[in-house]
Amino acid sequence: MLTIDQTTYDAIIAHAKKDHPDEACGIVAGPEGSDRPERLVEMVNAAGSPTFYEFDSTELLALYKDMWARDEEPVVVYHSHTATEAYPSRTDIGLASEPQAHYVLVSTREHGNNEGPVEFRSFRIVDGQVSEEDVVVVPQLA
Amino acid sequence: MAVEVRIPTILRTYTGEQKAVTADGATLAAVIDDLEAHHPGIKDRLTEAGPDNQVGLRRFVNVYLNDEDVRFLGGLAAEVTDGDQVVVLPAVAGG
Repeated sequence: MLTIDQTTYDAIIAHAKKDHPDEACGIVAGPEGSDRPERLVEMVNAAGSPTFYEFDSTELLALYKDMWARDEEPVVVYHSHTATEAYPSRTDIGLASEPQAHYVLVSTREHGNNEGPVEFRSFRIVDGQVSEEDVVVVPQLA
Repeated sequence: MAVEVRIPTILRTYTGEQKAVTADGATLAAVIDDLEAHHPGIKDRLTEAGPDNQVGLRRFVNVYLNDEDVRFLGGLAAEVTDGDQVVVLPAVAGG
């Protein structure tokens, strides 16, 4: 189960809508081992593509060094799909490399940049195996 | 040439869960060979043979030498000196 606060949840959706039709991506960091998604970091999709996302390699290093300095890890790794459902693609599964993370998929296929509900789903991806989990949105993390 | 190599979570199964290990070598290729000697299996997760059979870094593995992406430093041929820091990070990417 992913427990996430409303502000972070809304910000991920807003990021996805803003970057549509390209895929948006980012992480939510939290203290190592805490499973608390506390600090949203929107990343640039270096691929700038509607069908692929990749963090820029220099920004990736800066992000991880910042997390290491704070004793954090990526609790959530999110990205959007802009024409397909919010389910990990074969590429997503093949490249998933944070076994402790919640992989959040948002789909903007229905409303694009506009107002309207979006699919927001969360998965564990470990050794090529995908398992969906419940998402619980709370006013604030306990 | 002893260097510290920072190991990402996904590869710590090869290093007994250690976050960082030391390795020797005058080039990145030699450092990776030394890693392989002590942590068998890790080399295959970092490198692959290209279409011309030349071994290179895997496309979705980033290696940094003193904070610089080694792709800008000659890849596996990048020269390493004592005390350098090597960081391995899998790409965060997908489709």
